[in-house]
Amino acid sequence: MAVAEKIDTPLLDELEKGPWPSFVTEIKKARQTSPMCDDLLGQLELSYREKIGHWKHGGIVGVLGYGGGVIGRYSDVPEKFPRVAHFHTMRINQPAGWFYTSDALRTLCDIWERHGSGLTNMHGSTGDIIFLGTRTEELEPCFQELTANGFDLGGSGSSMRTPSACVGPARCEWACYDTLKLCYDLTMTYQDELHRPPFPYKFKIKCAGCPNDCVASIARADLSIIGTWKDDIQQDDDAVAAYAAEGVNIQKDVVDRCPTRCMEWDGAKLTINNRECVRCMHCINVMPKALRPGKERGATILIGAKAPIVQGALLSSVLIPFVPEEELEETVKELINRVWEFWDEHGMNRERIGELIQRVGMANFLDAIGLEPVPEMVSAPRDNPYIFFRTDEEQA
Amino acid sequence: MSAQPAKRITDIGPPHYEKFLPPIIKKNYGKWLYHERIAPGVFVHVAESGDRVWTVRAGSPRLLSVQTLRQIAALADKYSGGHLRFTSRNNVEFLLDNPDNIEPLKRELQEMGFPVGGTNNAISNVVHTQGWVHCHSAATDASGIVKCVMDALYDHFTSESLPAKLRVALACCLNMCGAVHCSDIAILGVHRRPPKIHHDALRKMCEVPTLIASCPTGAIRPATVDGRQSVEVIEAQCMYCGNCYTVCPAMPLNNPDTDGLSIWVGGKVSNARTAPKFSKLAIPFLPNNPPRWPEVVDAVVNIVNVYAANARKYERMGEWIERIGWPRFFELTGIPFTRYHIDDFKHAGLTYARSTHIRM
Repeated sequence: MAVAEKIDTPLLDELEKGPWPSFVTEIKKARQTSPMCDDLLGQLELSYREKIGHWKHGGIVGVLGYGGGVIGRYSDVPEKFPRVAHFHTMRINQPAGWFYTSDALRTLCDIWERHGSGLTNMHGSTGDIIFLGTRTEELEPCFQELTANGFDLGGSGSSMRTPSACVGPARCEWACYDTLKLCYDLTMTYQDELHRPPFPYKFKIKCAGCPNDCVASIARADLSIIGTWKDDIQQDDDAVAAYAAEGVNIQKDVVDRCPTRCMEWDGAKLTINNRECVRCMHCINVMPKALRPGKERGATILIGAKAPIVQGALLSSVLIPFVPEEELEETVKELINRVWEFWDEHGMNRERIGELIQRVGMANFLDAIGLEPVPEMVSAPRDNPYIFFRTDEEQA
Repeated sequence: MSAQPAKRITDIGPPHYEKFLPPIIKKNYGKWLYHERIAPGVFVHVAESGDRVWTVRAGSPRLLSVQTLRQIAALADKYSGGHLRFTSRNNVEFLLDNPDNIEPLKRELQEMGFPVGGTNNAISNVVHTQGWVHCHSAATDASGIVKCVMDALYDHFTSESLPAKLRVALACCLNMCGAVHCSDIAILGVHRRPPKIHHDALRKMCEVPTLIASCPTGAIRPATVDGRQSVEVIEAQCMYCGNCYTVCPAMPLNNPDTDGLSIWVGGKVSNARTAPKFSKLAIPFLPNNPPRWPEVVDAVVNIVNVYAANARKYERMGEWIERIGWPRFFELTGIPFTRYHIDDFKHAGLTYARSTHIRM
C-alpha cells in the first residue's frame, strides 16, 4: 500500500508560528500514529481556505445501552478526506478535580491510540476528558477497554452531564465543603441519568468550594453548589500586621474594596463586622495568611444557569442560602429529586430548568418543590403591582 | 470450545479521585492553612502539619496528542511522583513536594513549548470550543483564534502585571458550548444571515412541530412548498441563534461571506467584591480572517492595553467599566458605539440608562 501523501497545509502552518503552544503541532504529532490526522489537517486547511466548517450535522451513534456520551460526526467531503469520513467524539468522565497518575494518563493514551485519532481535549468545556475522532465500529471496543480500565462515558443530549468540581480540600484552604467527594457521589448516584437521557434537555451540576467559584458554577451549572460559611472570618492579627509591614495597603486594597464596608483599619488592627460580611472573598484573597473562611462551613445552593440557547443566558440564583456541610449531600440529592420531578412534568422540549423557572415564576417553582420563600432569593422584591393573589389566602 | 465472553462492564462512573491524589495531598486533605505566590505560575500551599506542596502551572493548547500527554506523564514521573492534575481552564499542574524540582521542571516545560504562568493577575488559559476542528455549527474556528490571541497576549500569561486576573474565553457560535458569557473578554462567533431551508432534506430529516417550537422569536412557520409540507422563515424576526439548525440539519446557517466574530467584555463568575456578571457587547462584528485573524487579535489587545493602563488595582474588567461608565469605555478604547449595542431581546429595558447620571 502506498504511503499516504503528506497534505500541504500552508494556512495551518501559519499557526505553528508564535510562542503559544500550537494545536496544529499537536495534530501533526498525532499523525505519526494515526492517518486520520492527515485527513483532519486536510479538511481543516480546506475550512481555513473556504472559511466554513466541513462537518455534517450530528448523527446518532453510541455504545450499546447508552443514549449519550458519543457525539456523532461525519465529514461533508468524505470523498476528499475518507479517513475522517467518521470522526466521532467520545466524552469520558473525568476524575473529580482532574487529578491523574501518569499511569492512568498513559492507559488512556494507549486505549485512544488503538481506537481513535490520538487527539484529545484535556478537558472539554463541561469537564469531561474528550477523545476527538473515531469511526463507528471503534466505539464499542473503545468503550469496553475504557470500562475494563475503570473509566466510563460522560453525558450528551438530554442527559445529565458529568458533574465537575474545583480542586477543593485537596489543595485549597478555602474549600468550605468536600467538593471532590460531593462531585464523585453525585456522579455515581446518577449514572442512569448520565448515560440514558431522561430529561427535556441537559442538566449540569458544578461543585465550587468557595465564592471565588473556580469552576464557574454560577454561570454554567443548572445546579450550582458554592461553598460558604456562617460564622466569623478566621483572623490572625499578627499576620495582618505582617502584610501591612510588607507593603499591602490595608485601607486601600482591602477595607475600601469591601463591598459592604464591614471592616475598619486603624493602622494597627483590622476589625471586621462579620454580621455585615457577604462572604465575597476579596479580603481573604488579598491576605490568605491572615484571613480564612470561618469554621462553620457549608454551601449556598443556586439554580438555573445556562448559556444563551434557547431563551437567553442566565446566571444561577439562590435557592437555599446555607446548608451545613454535614447535611449537604442529603439536601442536594433530595432537592435534585424534587427539581427533576417538576421539570419532568412541566418542562418543554429543550427547556433548561432555569428557563422553566422563568416561564412559570420562581414562586410557583418554590411551591412545587416545597421550599419557603426567603429574602436571600431576590436582589429586591418585585417592583410591579401585578400580583397573582391566591384565592385560598383571601380569608387570611 | 469457545472462550466465555467477557462480561460487559457499564455504569461504573469515573475512577475514584483518591486513587490519583499524591501522598502529600492525601495526608493533608482538608488541612491546608494558607498559600503564597512564589513566581508567575508557581505557588506553595502550607498545611497545618507544616507540609508544603509547590504547584507549577503550565498553559496547554487544550487539543493534545497522546504523544504530548505521554511527555507530560513523563515529566510527572520525573518531578512530581507520577502525579498531576488539570485545571478548569485547560492548564496542567504539577504538585511537587520538593522545591528543588521547580526550576528544572519549568525549564523542561518551556523546552516543550509549554509556558509556565496563568496565576494571580495574569491572563489564564482560554476556555474555548471546537470550531472547525470538530463542530457542525461553528461560525468560525476556535483553536486557531485562541492560538493567535494567546501569541499576542503571551507576556500576560507568563507575568502577573495586570490590575486583576483577566479571563478570556471563546465560543464559535451562539450555542456557547464554552459558556463564555461571564468572561472579562469573550470572543464569540456569529452568524448574520437566516438559515437556508433545504426543503427536500427537511421532509426526510426533521419534525416540523419541533422545528417551529425551537425558534425563540417565533420566526418559523409552516408552509407548503411545491405542494408538500415544509416551513418558512420570517427573516426580519430571525436573530441567527441557530436553534433551528440544532434540531433540524436541513436549516444550515453557516455562511463564509457573512459569518464573523463579536467581542464581549466585563463579565465575571467570582463573587469577589462585586456580584458575578454577564459580559456585555463591545464589538458587534469583526471579519472572519484566517489563518491569523488580525482584526480580532488587534481588538482584544487594544481592550487589554486600555484596561491595563486605566483600571485600579484589584479591579476586574467589568468593575473598571462600571466605575468609569460605558461611554468612557467606548471613548478610551476607540470602539464605535452602534445601534447593535442596544439590547432588543427579552428584558431589554433593564439595560437602558434610567437616570441622569451622565459624565459630561
